[in-house]
Amino acid sequence: MCLAVPGQVKQIYEDQGVRMGRVNFGGIVKEVCLAYLPEISIGDYTIVHVGFAISKVDEESANATLQMFRDLGVLEEELGAKAEATSGDGHEIPK
Amino acid sequence: MKDELNFENWVCPLPLRDYPSIVIGHGGGGQLSNELVAHLFLPAFQNSVLQNLGDSSVLPETAGRLAFSTDSYVVRPLFFPGGSIGDLAVNGTVNDLAMSGARALYLSAAFILEEGFPIATLAGVVDRMAAAARRAGVVIVTGDTKVVEKGHGDGCYINTAGIGMIPAGVDIGPAGARPGDVVIVSGTIGDHGMAIMSVREGLEFDTVIQSDCAPLGALVADILPLGGVHVLRDPTRGGVASSLNEIAASSRVGVILDERKIPVEPEVQAACDLLGMDPIYVANEGKLLAIVDAGSADAILERMRRHPVASRAAIIGSITQHHPGLLVTKTAIGGTRVVPMQLGEQLPRIC
Amino acid sequence: MKYLNEFRDGELSQKLAHDIRQITTRPWALMEVCGGQTHSIIRNGIDQLLPEEIELIHGPGCPVCVTPLALIDQALAIASQPGVIFCSFGDMLRVPGSTQDLFRVKSEGGDVRVVYSPLDAVTIARQNPDREVVFFGIGFETTAPANAMAVKLARQLGLKNFSMLVSHVLVPPAIEAIMTSPGNRVQAFLAAGHVCSVMGYWQYPPLAEKYRVPIVITGFEPLDVLEGIRRTIVQLESGQFEVENAYERAVTMPGNTVAQQTLAEVFEVTDRAWRGIGVIPKSGWRLREEYRDYDAEHRFHVSDIRTEESSKCHSGEVLQGRLKPNQCPAFGNECTPRRPLGATMVSSEGACAAYYNYGRFLTIAAAPAATSVSAS
Repeated sequence: MCLAVPGQVKQIYEDQGVRMGRVNFGGIVKEVCLAYLPEISIGDYTIVHVGFAISKVDEESANATLQMFRDLGVLEEELGAKAEATSGDGHEIPK
Repeated sequence: MKDELNFENWVCPLPLRDYPSIVIGHGGGGQLSNELVAHLFLPAFQNSVLQNLGDSSVLPETAGRLAFSTDSYVVRPLFFPGGSIGDLAVNGTVNDLAMSGARALYLSAAFILEEGFPIATLAGVVDRMAAAARRAGVVIVTGDTKVVEKGHGDGCYINTAGIGMIPAGVDIGPAGARPGDVVIVSGTIGDHGMAIMSVREGLEFDTVIQSDCAPLGALVADILPLGGVHVLRDPTRGGVASSLNEIAASSRVGVILDERKIPVEPEVQAACDLLGMDPIYVANEGKLLAIVDAGSADAILERMRRHPVASRAAIIGSITQHHPGLLVTKTAIGGTRVVPMQLGEQLPRIC
Repeated sequence: MKYLNEFRDGELSQKLAHDIRQITTRPWALMEVCGGQTHSIIRNGIDQLLPEEIELIHGPGCPVCVTPLALIDQALAIASQPGVIFCSFGDMLRVPGSTQDLFRVKSEGGDVRVVYSPLDAVTIARQNPDREVVFFGIGFETTAPANAMAVKLARQLGLKNFSMLVSHVLVPPAIEAIMTSPGNRVQAFLAAGHVCSVMGYWQYPPLAEKYRVPIVITGFEPLDVLEGIRRTIVQLESGQFEVENAYERAVTMPGNTVAQQTLAEVFEVTDRAWRGIGVIPKSGWRLREEYRDYDAEHRFHVSDIRTEESSKCHSGEVLQGRLKPNQCPAFGNECTPRRPLGATMVSSEGACAAYYNYGRFLTIAAAPAATSVSAS
């Protein structure tokens, strides 16, 4: 239900007392409401749904995840046989 | 630009200066109508056939098979990044003729204008039509103007009809696709539709995306002599998906595409991702699909790529005897999905 | 787009899928809650890469599908009133009410406008002070903060001509309803990634424990969906039932607390009817008393609505995963994408629409050898 895409904050300003910004999505720039991310700064990436920024992209995590996927393939190739699937991969499973 | 009065082409600008906007009288067939023709349309379209101002225009004798096409243009806004209703009105009909293999020769242009429509804007539209006609190598030889009351039209609607000549030996049509044929697209898809979206009220966004509106007659004329062209189609409303679905139905064949091979500008893809749309359904106004014999594909592709309007031409799929009537595409991750005919307009979504 | 395109990598997707095939030893039924995930699965053909043992049951996470029929009819009645500008997300335009849809209302002269954001509707209200502007505020928890802000802004600006027709639905009660419905086969959930961006995932551990189901917060791109599935299978195969976050770049445990505060300020929990499923207690949000002025249901008194669901429509059972679309007697007969009986045949991620299109492909002819296709 939730089409939301990541974009980079380029500008921050106020309009009618509401925190707004201009966000760049792969070259497309659109006005976005930043009221729900008071800590977000220019240069940060954010997930935007219907014109509202709802979370900040954890770039470190994103890159780590991608690296994990790449390593998964490498590991399989190295081992040759069935790779053991790991659970959690170092992430905490909350109780 | 569209708001500045351009007097360069006007023989006698005085009469029109009294009326900055269209009034009902301009469609009445009297003095006002004549002035509009004499001082706006004629100077812009400049040709000897039109100059005669007969009720119908008499064309020089033409030998050979004729192609005939018509289309109406109601786009909003009238001017958008990379084009205008004027460009579309000419190129759209020129391209429809080209898809039958015909070289467009003569166009008619009928205007339905809303009372109150600024004449300066009309001049801008007509100016663009004239330029597009020159670029496409066609002349606008006959026309008409009607005016509707304020509130009963959307500013400016245009209909153009066109006559073209099909060279001897050329026989292409939507039923011509054969299993084993190759599907070529002449360039990036989705540019026009997303350029329009970028200026559509409620959805606007800043972008460098431009409409790809362009005439394709010269491109077609260049590839036909190579032989092996079975079907040509310009994927306008409904995009590549609709065109290929129609061809699949007409030719009673299946079509398989490889999504990874379809050229899409990164910004067009980004705009589609933002609005939840699929480029395969988005309109194009300067592209064509060519379904060609497998043996001729490489030569045709190479010839296409020499044209500025087709420098990104690519082979994107093939025709199969399986699943006749259905368009299917291999996805980027190796899956398969059916690409059905869309029911209506593709709308932005939030889900 | 950065942080989007990388997660569509074909090669890495194939590797993940291969990994999933290696670790799956038994049949498992997983439900992806979010309609956006269903859309991604179908659009990318993700289910075709999975081993036959894994069944993906498409959940009711599609606000288009579950917005109650009575509310759709109300929306249509309001949109038909002269002077009203009815603003909506594009998704809702073709959803069938008892007798028509918003497209039809538009064609008959209603001023129906598609907007990208609820703030656009507020702008339209400001620009048209002599018209009543109504926004169709549907959606799950992801969309609620946007709708809340629109109402707050309207009040702040003192707008007298703006109101919202609210129909928010919540995920955790839906999960409970599914797990307690007779004949339920769901053994694990892929939770909705962007819902959790807003709400966090602190609501899920009690559910995972109570029903002994793994709940893995999952994103939307192919790599995200596959990773969510992979982690779910790992848990299922080893008998675990934990809550796990497989969409770490966009989701944290607490979620967006600023948004949650505003939600609490503007909305209150209410019972909600889910189209095709029935009333799920405390499964929705409505505007609080303080914001009733902006509630379109109170502003417009629309009577004479006869709400009648087609008796032939089984979308409720489909939404709960109890019926496959092609098992419905109306499927392909009275009910097609062109003439849908229910929302699941309309929505871009509706299970019925997806089956209709893909199913035709499978039955018409054998797939060509070059494309590997497995029925799912």
